[in-house]
Amino acid sequence: MSAKDTTRQTVIVATLLCVVCSVVVSAAAVLLKPLQVANKDLDRKSNILAAAGISDSSKSVDELFTQITTKYVDLETGKFTTDVPAKYDAKKAAKDPQLGQALTKDVDIASIKYQAKVMPVYLVENKDGIEKVILPVHGYGLWSTLYGFLALEGDLNTVVGLGFYSHAETPGLGGEVDNPAWKALWPGKKVYGAEGMEPKLGLIKGSVDPSAPGAEHQIDGLSGATLTANGVTNLVQFWMGKNGYAPFLANLKAGEV
Amino acid sequence: MSAAKDVLTHPVAKNNPIALQILGVCSALAVTSNLNTALVMTMAVIAVTAFSNLFVSLIREHIPSNIRIICQMTIIASLVIVVDQILKAFAYDVSKQLSVFVGLIITNCIVMGRAEAFAMQNPPGISFMDGIGNGLGYGVVLIFVGFFRELLGAGSLFGIEILPLINNGGWYQANGLLLLPPSAFFLIGIFIWIIRTWDPSQVEAPEFEMAPNTKKEAA
Repeated sequence: MSAKDTTRQTVIVATLLCVVCSVVVSAAAVLLKPLQVANKDLDRKSNILAAAGISDSSKSVDELFTQITTKYVDLETGKFTTDVPAKYDAKKAAKDPQLGQALTKDVDIASIKYQAKVMPVYLVENKDGIEKVILPVHGYGLWSTLYGFLALEGDLNTVVGLGFYSHAETPGLGGEVDNPAWKALWPGKKVYGAEGMEPKLGLIKGSVDPSAPGAEHQIDGLSGATLTANGVTNLVQFWMGKNGYAPFLANLKAGEV
Repeated sequence: MSAAKDVLTHPVAKNNPIALQILGVCSALAVTSNLNTALVMTMAVIAVTAFSNLFVSLIREHIPSNIRIICQMTIIASLVIVVDQILKAFAYDVSKQLSVFVGLIITNCIVMGRAEAFAMQNPPGISFMDGIGNGLGYGVVLIFVGFFRELLGAGSLFGIEILPLINNGGWYQANGLLLLPPSAFFLIGIFIWIIRTWDPSQVEAPEFEMAPNTKKEAA
């Protein structure tokens, strides 16, 4: 047995190597953290702006984002709440026993299993009141959970835009949810009918006939991606329904928030 | 100096880690659907192979042989985490597209293969060059595959439209198969074919000869 194969040497080398490597790894993680947080924040902001259809290449994302007010909504009461921890993360809160709740199968049409009790909403306000409301939505498609934002006009019924910022659907099929041509079908569609807060908006098979009754609630399906399309319909129906933002939107409409 | 040059250039064509040694194929399927991710992945792998070779070679005299693989893995894993953190800090969009595949460089056989086969026996300087060379060899295949997959699958290169798609009012019907990982098998196969035509010494001798048919009725 050569000198470097003794137990002593083995333990020393292993210990030293672990210490050096862990110092390097933690140094990288700590030093780069501020930059990474800033990147994540910027990414979230630009996705919110994209869903709301706000773009101006002459201004930075942060400048554009000054138009937007972030507020928190208690989904059950449908009212604004300020009772949220600092750096609130709805994704983490969903699985927290205090801040989130498990969904039962019959209400969980978007297959998300857990839901946060408080969700952030983003408002664009002008002097006449609310111009746009941007709501975070997510739900399960075929392979992955799709995370995105749905933006509504001030009437709280007409869609301004829908955009997903994170998903892993099949490129060219389900991945077409990112296709600008398909996303352009959303603006102007209505989420709710003339009465009540039952969401009607959804994807259909094939193309929408604009003269057919209910065409304002229909979006062209994604060919070859029925399951992703169902997922998108389900997540819109869920988040616009009574377990989602419907109570909040009803309150907002009545001016009671 | 010619030794260093050989170490650097041989893995690109003569002894390509993907084409000849058939290592690191799985990530080559995953990250080549567009050139942007292929290029960033190439740079990440070059950095990891080069530095892991360097550090493994620096301490090769001290690594006890019974825990050498674990030592190599620790070094490689640390480097991969550092690369991943740097990407998240400075190239957030690309790191989002690469997602888990940066982390999976750890399991890329090329990195470990070079550390075990080259860096454990050679001094640091030349091991570093060998790491860069093998990273380049991996990168050449990635860029080749990424070029064709993005051009024919999405009609663009680096996200800039080259062939106008029918979807956007052009004439080119994109080939969706090329956006899916299996298409890289065909392209890597074609790449290996081209290389072996250029350098027939890479063609292995057949493992067995087909015997002539001895059955009378079939003859």
